[in-house]
Amino acid sequence: MRILCVIWFSLLATLVTAEEIVLGLSSDQVSIDTSFDGSEILIFGAIKRETPIPEGKPVEVIVTVAGPSEPVTVRRKEKRLGIWVNTESVEVDAAPSFYAVVSSTLLGLSLNDVEDLRHRISIPRAIRSVGAPMNITDASAFSDALIRIKSNADQYQLVEGAVSVDEQTLFRTAIKLPAALTEGNYATRIFLTRDGEVISKHETSIYVRKVGLERWLFRLSRDNTVVYGIMSLAIAIAAGWGASAVFSAFRR
Amino acid sequence: MQVFLPIAEVSVNAFLLLGLGGLVGVLSGMFGVGGGFLMTPLLFFIGIPPAVAVATEANQIVASSFSGVLAHFKRKTVDLRIGTVLLIGGLVGAALGVYVFNILKAQGQVDLLVKLCYVVFLGVIGGLMFFESLNAIRKTKKGKPPARKKHNWIHGLPFKMRFRVSGLYISVIPPLVVGVCVGVLAAIMGVGGGFIMVPAMIYLLGMPTKVVVGTSLFQIIFVTAFTTMLHATTNYTVDVVLAVLLLVGGVIGAQVGTRIGVKMKAEQLRILLALMVLAVCGKLALDLLLQPAELYSLGGAGH
Repeated sequence: MRILCVIWFSLLATLVTAEEIVLGLSSDQVSIDTSFDGSEILIFGAIKRETPIPEGKPVEVIVTVAGPSEPVTVRRKEKRLGIWVNTESVEVDAAPSFYAVVSSTLLGLSLNDVEDLRHRISIPRAIRSVGAPMNITDASAFSDALIRIKSNADQYQLVEGAVSVDEQTLFRTAIKLPAALTEGNYATRIFLTRDGEVISKHETSIYVRKVGLERWLFRLSRDNTVVYGIMSLAIAIAAGWGASAVFSAFRR
Repeated sequence: MQVFLPIAEVSVNAFLLLGLGGLVGVLSGMFGVGGGFLMTPLLFFIGIPPAVAVATEANQIVASSFSGVLAHFKRKTVDLRIGTVLLIGGLVGAALGVYVFNILKAQGQVDLLVKLCYVVFLGVIGGLMFFESLNAIRKTKKGKPPARKKHNWIHGLPFKMRFRVSGLYISVIPPLVVGVCVGVLAAIMGVGGGFIMVPAMIYLLGMPTKVVVGTSLFQIIFVTAFTTMLHATTNYTVDVVLAVLLLVGGVIGAQVGTRIGVKMKAEQLRILLALMVLAVCGKLALDLLLQPAELYSLGGAGH
């Protein structure tokens, strides 16, 4: 399923002095139903200017999409008494459940460290970790592991050179969402940079939610636990009995 | 065909789940075990979160055992009296198990303890069953009659009760203890507990092999139903869509398995079950002993 989020740029200009992005979403929702198997968001738009394109380096575009943040515990295994067991752990205060950075060129070229720190754009910056316990000396190994595991599951993505920019005005890109998505608001940010500096920024959000049977079951399992449990058992027993009856009818 | 599971929050191929259910269902019918000890690790492998796998498996076992126990009721191979004693122990054990499970989950050690439990229980029981069955087969080949049941320490315990269907006059303490152990395992490992209950009934209680399968299924249904309710209300980890897909395959498989089981000799059945138990045990032991490819793992805070 391909969901198209069209980001429009309005040419009806208000008074501006520099380059900027104005956005409108035609579709800002991703629905998770029973057949959900990941999705792709297409983001495109244009850069608005009152003045001619400045001289020098071309404008670069960076797009980020971040799922709801949640605390995560990262645990490390060590060999104890011959078997591998979880020993040390580090609590990461807030890590987005999903995070994608897509840029028009290498992130290192389009963004300098100061701007990265300010806007929390690159993946390591998007994770907030206040500090590891005193007994852990290599705390960075834990946040590296978090990024590695999430990246392997496609939940953290860094795609450099995937935003195409035409005539320094039109840009477009696609962001792949994996099947395992958390419900919530996905903060979507578009940055314009020139020579490593952020010159314009626009924020919006994409709402990811469960619909239909998915939503109904999920809500019931949280709000009405006893009813949900009894219903699960009733369905199981009915199916067990039913299939058994059907099977013996076929045997005769 | 991909299906998004609402509670597990992952997308899985529906036919894969149906196939897994069917395969484990055949084994469940053949051996009178819930099949959970195979299904739960298989669910881990296809990416279902362990907590969801354990709880959903309990729900699925209710269904796959239900059709099995109906077949056994028709053939009058269920000892309701000893089944009830086992059940009382099972309910107590399940409550205890879910309590321990939730404590370990908070400490991030639940995976390790689940795996250690599997290795120890499967290794001991699989090994015992394997050698017992080998001996039994060798004896019948030599033409000697099987040894008579001996009186052991179990017959010295108080609170004796008569179990007519099984032809036993024993204390209620051993079946109660067996029930509690099975209940704990059901809650912690997402298994019906047949793999421990069946050998315990045969070797410890001395029940005739004929009624063992039906009676264990009878106990398993109620204990796993209780476990499902406990997980659904405290952990919110029962995925009904996953359970339904597994049980559609599982129920049909169980019917096929029950028919295969009737045609096979008890010793052959037991040696097959022993080999499978040992295979699962070996795989899990290797996972603990070899250095994992990824030393780090993620967990939600406070889970």
